[in-house]
Amino acid sequence: MSVDTNTVKKVASLARIAISDADAEKLAPELNNILGWIEQLGEVDTSSVEPMTAVIPNTLRLREDVVTEGNARDAVLANAPQGEHGFFTVPKVVE
Amino acid sequence: MTDLTELGIAALRDGVRTGSFSAREVADAFIVKVSEAKALNAFIVETPDHAIAAAREADTARAAGEALKPLAGVPIGMKDLFATKGVQTTAASHILEGFTPVYESTVSQKLWDAGAGMLGKLNMDQFAMGSSNETSAFGNVISPWRRKGSNSALTPGGSSGGSSAAIAARLCPGATGTDTGGSIRQPAAFTGISGIKPTYGRCSRWGIVAFASSLDQAGAMAHDVRDCAILLEAMAGFDAKDATSLKPSLAGKTVGIPAEYLVEGMPPEIAALWQIGIAWVKDAGAEVIEVSLPHTKYALPAYYIIAPAEASSNLARYDGVRYGIRELPDGANLQEMYAATRAAGFGAEVKRRILIGTYVLSAGFYDAYYTQAQKVRALIARDFESAFQKCDLLLTPTAPSAAFALGEKSADPIAMYLNDVFTVPSSLAGLPAMSVPGGLDAAGLPLGLQIIGRPLDEQGVLDAALAIEQRAGFTVRPDAWW
Repeated sequence: MSVDTNTVKKVASLARIAISDADAEKLAPELNNILGWIEQLGEVDTSSVEPMTAVIPNTLRLREDVVTEGNARDAVLANAPQGEHGFFTVPKVVE
Repeated sequence: MTDLTELGIAALRDGVRTGSFSAREVADAFIVKVSEAKALNAFIVETPDHAIAAAREADTARAAGEALKPLAGVPIGMKDLFATKGVQTTAASHILEGFTPVYESTVSQKLWDAGAGMLGKLNMDQFAMGSSNETSAFGNVISPWRRKGSNSALTPGGSSGGSSAAIAARLCPGATGTDTGGSIRQPAAFTGISGIKPTYGRCSRWGIVAFASSLDQAGAMAHDVRDCAILLEAMAGFDAKDATSLKPSLAGKTVGIPAEYLVEGMPPEIAALWQIGIAWVKDAGAEVIEVSLPHTKYALPAYYIIAPAEASSNLARYDGVRYGIRELPDGANLQEMYAATRAAGFGAEVKRRILIGTYVLSAGFYDAYYTQAQKVRALIARDFESAFQKCDLLLTPTAPSAAFALGEKSADPIAMYLNDVFTVPSSLAGLPAMSVPGGLDAAGLPLGLQIIGRPLDEQGVLDAALAIEQRAGFTVRPDAWW
């Protein structure tokens, strides 16, 4: 599997990270190097193995479906780069 | 003010520590309670002076700004089976009446050393032989409990019945007990308190009047589990004066040495330290065997799929909307704002990991990378499971090198990742693991040894690491050049 600059740009766009052509050129061999190294996992026979998603057998806890906290609008907005009238503010998305 | 005798050991200790009340106030409150509860016959001898002296010491230490001892300000009851210097000790027998020991039992001494004071010697079944406190030469202890609608006197259990009755009636917040066949637990059960008989040998028997030496074991009695733990912590420990006292050792433990951790290019000093570590755990009584963790070499590549994948998801929240910086080029739309913010806000290594994570999670590659890595992770965990069928702990170096110079590896991400070769596998398997300093390399830099344990066996990990620490005697410090 070889990553070219177009793939780097595509992945960066999926990750919502703007990159310049120069960055993509620089990143392609770096990522190829890392991906080439992790590709050794392909050697391992895992045909009879279930993927492991949690290390300790633990069932997710359920709680009562009730409001346990709320009325924290100001706290939620306290760190926002921009907020108005009790809302987060972003560039216009709907004309 | 609240009635201080309503409080348990932890609350009294903390209250004295923070100055909510003085140790003297605590001692006085319990001394009054003891003197008013003669009807229970829980005490054979009352020792208010002892409790007051300990309280005075605690209050003086606090006033002087000194650190308080673990049980400072906590007065307790002492079962009459423990020899107490200058205080009559009879084991509730007639034959020892008037016996005033000229020495202190190890357990009681440890409690006084921890800052506790003594309210008195507690009644019990004579020589601890009994389950009802009816065999005491000083009369029955009466339980504070009564059946509904009845005045008949009930047993507080035995043989530690003075201890159980005194705690249940809040004459003391905790007490020592001894258990030969249930003498801590049955009285605790009969009076609604907690009591623990530790492993035989955990508390020294030195200075405890012997009943059946292969069975006798001191333990803690208190209102709740936490208080029992606090008391037991102060009572327990190796004592050279008791031939059956347990010495912290790795006897009976098997330590596995994973063959695959002897990686190519391991500096000889690290390989040598590993061998010394093996000798240390053997010296501590452990058996050492070689084990195999065959998927070790795949741990790092699996980690560098799983960790970046999870990171790319976790770091999606840094979008310039909810917190932190926002980059909004002129005329940019929302998507462009996200991309510009994240381009300006993340450093190179973080971006690299997000990109790797996004790539391995992206459509078409997910199974080949991410699912395969999760399957390899399962195999790595399985390696540990099978190793732990043959051994209790694993001993490895912590890192394949001593500290490297800044800049030495930053140009090559994989070289940097490889430095985690010995620590990543146990993280993937979720196991407890610990590094302890073992020695220095030729350049005078510290080298660590790692102990990996079974899930939830932090105690085993700490025991083995302590055995290494005691033998390594690592005390070197860096010269202050800064």
